[in-house]
Amino acid sequence: MPHDHSDDHPHALLPPEPALRVKAIETLLVEKGLVDPGAIDAIVDAYANKIGPQNGAKVVAKAWTDPAYRKWLLDDATAAIADLGFSGLQGEHMVAVENTDQLHNIVVCTLCSCYPWPTLGVPPVWYKSSEYRARVVRDPRGVLAEFNVTLADDVEVRVWDSTAEIRYLVVPQRPVDTDDMDADALAQLVTRDSMIGTGFALQPGGA
Amino acid sequence: MDGVHDLGGVEGFGRLPIEDNEPAFHDDWEAKVMAMRLLMGAWRKWNIDAGRHSVETLPPADYLTLTYYEKWLASLVFLSERADLITRDEIASGVPAPGSVKSSPPIDGPGFLALMAKGRPSERAPTAAAKFALGDQVRTARHMHAGHTRLPRYLRGCVGEIVLLHGTHVLPDVSSRLTGDEGAEPLYGVRFSAREVWGNNADPKLSITADLWESYLAAA
Repeated sequence: MPHDHSDDHPHALLPPEPALRVKAIETLLVEKGLVDPGAIDAIVDAYANKIGPQNGAKVVAKAWTDPAYRKWLLDDATAAIADLGFSGLQGEHMVAVENTDQLHNIVVCTLCSCYPWPTLGVPPVWYKSSEYRARVVRDPRGVLAEFNVTLADDVEVRVWDSTAEIRYLVVPQRPVDTDDMDADALAQLVTRDSMIGTGFALQPGGA
Repeated sequence: MDGVHDLGGVEGFGRLPIEDNEPAFHDDWEAKVMAMRLLMGAWRKWNIDAGRHSVETLPPADYLTLTYYEKWLASLVFLSERADLITRDEIASGVPAPGSVKSSPPIDGPGFLALMAKGRPSERAPTAAAKFALGDQVRTARHMHAGHTRLPRYLRGCVGEIVLLHGTHVLPDVSSRLTGDEGAEPLYGVRFSAREVWGNNADPKLSITADLWESYLAAA
């Protein structure tokens, strides 16, 4: 694509301060009738307030407590996750990968920042960072150390690079001593990072 | 293209910018950029592949220093101008060109929320039998092309194993050109040992799996 110099790129025409730049372009797009301001508000509300890792946590907690659902999730994650209502944009084709004592899965998108929006919401800054994208495919254990996660040397590590429209959801291991907890309580233990593979599920009672 | 965006395995980067209790957006403008980029996509003048390519063809220094939503804003402006939805004069002045006709937005809030729930699947009906089966060994292409591609540099010329069959999907290398052709072909999950990718000093318990299209692969 023909933009070799910063000065030629049209975004260089906008004010330098991001908030002002965005305001300028928003005003222009609305005044030209190119976007509906109400639609901007609806999307902002959806991704700021409604869609987030609490969705994926429900999927994981159900898989922990319902063996038939776990099997469905691992066989056909797209259908199993849609059954809980978490489908759509950037979650059209889902694969769930399960962590065990001997296997740890980690998800990245080295080429951009592909991420399963319906189950996890919008990605955190570190997931989109050059640092994560560059390092995790070469040295995942070094990256995990920054999350205070240490794996035994004999644990197999699988990194999933999301290079297509397939989105990956990690099913973390269920914490020990949680047999008496129901799915709603268990979902509270399922963190965003545990579903990317850079964390473990929380232990009940904190930590 | 061998672009700066193709970061897998690049050495020299430091610690991750991890933030506890990070909000979905750090400022209102970030969320607005996301919303506007999604809404301008509803004009159907570009697709997700052309959108990604517009980000990866930012000047390299900009790519590495702009924040994620600044890159999305630059991409939104670039794509909108290229599609003749806005002009450079309008970007610079911030107001519609004199005499320009006001459009009617192609989608409203409820309409977009319905589209969000439905998504835009990239899977297509197969047009030919998949060439590879689970367990097959394949070698990735060594050289690609100057356009948009999803075969990362660090996985080129490597031998891996087919571990997932994803069906037939739109090929970004073709779809990003916006000719109307989607080039759909079989897509596979291909697993590579870290030793194949990074050499014999790599962790023997580490593998990398990427989703790669049939034309990126040859039997090994």
